[in-house]
Amino acid sequence: MQAIDWEFVVGHINYWLFIVLMMTGFYIVVAKGNLVKKIVGLNIFQTAVFMLYISIGKVTGGTAPIFPLDMNVDPAVVYSNPLPHVLILTAIVVGIATTSLGLALIVRIREEYGTIEEDEILKIEKEMALQDVRQHSEVIGERG
Amino acid sequence: MLVATALAVVRTQSLFATAMLSGVFSLLSALLLVVLDAVDVAFTEAAVGAGISTVLMLGTLALTRRFESAPSHSPAIPLFVVLVTGATLIYGTLDMPNFGSATAPAQVHVAPEYLERSVHEIGVPNIVTAILASYRGFDTLGETAVVFTAGIGVLLLLSGLRRRRRNKREDV
Repeated sequence: MQAIDWEFVVGHINYWLFIVLMMTGFYIVVAKGNLVKKIVGLNIFQTAVFMLYISIGKVTGGTAPIFPLDMNVDPAVVYSNPLPHVLILTAIVVGIATTSLGLALIVRIREEYGTIEEDEILKIEKEMALQDVRQHSEVIGERG
Repeated sequence: MLVATALAVVRTQSLFATAMLSGVFSLLSALLLVVLDAVDVAFTEAAVGAGISTVLMLGTLALTRRFESAPSHSPAIPLFVVLVTGATLIYGTLDMPNFGSATAPAQVHVAPEYLERSVHEIGVPNIVTAILASYRGFDTLGETAVVFTAGIGVLLLLSGLRRRRRNKREDV
């Protein structure tokens, strides 16, 4: 049996850690019934994806992609990849926009249903549907 | 520490604590981003993630309630789904280049060109700013459009909240 390739493990452990974080967020979204908690889980998932992207752009021995002020670029200096930073910058701002929209929806749901628990909302919905069916069948019965 | 914070979010039932923990999570991730050379992203994450979203979260809690009820169904199926997804993702990373490798595909494609050309084409010391505002200007325009739309959506959803409340009180 081949021994564990430590270089490989150390080179990939960052990805694995971010995937663990991602899955924690995913678990919160799927398993928790509270809507606010779901949003927090979504945020955790999102941030983990951001960090995954940024870690792809990192170059060993590199520095932040900012030139010296006089613009005399020293070719010996290694800069990290600026492209993921730009994309993630955009993604963070879009992320806060979706989060705020989700939270506003939660406030509306709470107003309409009086609860922010998924189970209770489903129960109320079911009762409403049953009532609809009953009314409908009454109307049909009168006709018959 | 990040993992510990995320797990604490899973465990706690107080939504107030959840909001605070998500702020802590954002701040820690901002620190990590500084280590990864992404200072601009770290600024944004600290301001937006730890600042604005915590405030929004607290505002929502003020309008709704503070505690979540205990889960009614077993966590076995979600746990299984999550584990399978995670295993698939980890399998996907096996092909990826080592962390910090300078010869990774992401590093040799267009990034060096941006680094080279923005010096005399844009002349802004911060390359992230140069790309964000110039090379990918339309992207940023689209982003502002998204934020604007979200703002309108929030306003529409929340407008009349006070009016409706007053009506309800008069009905009672």
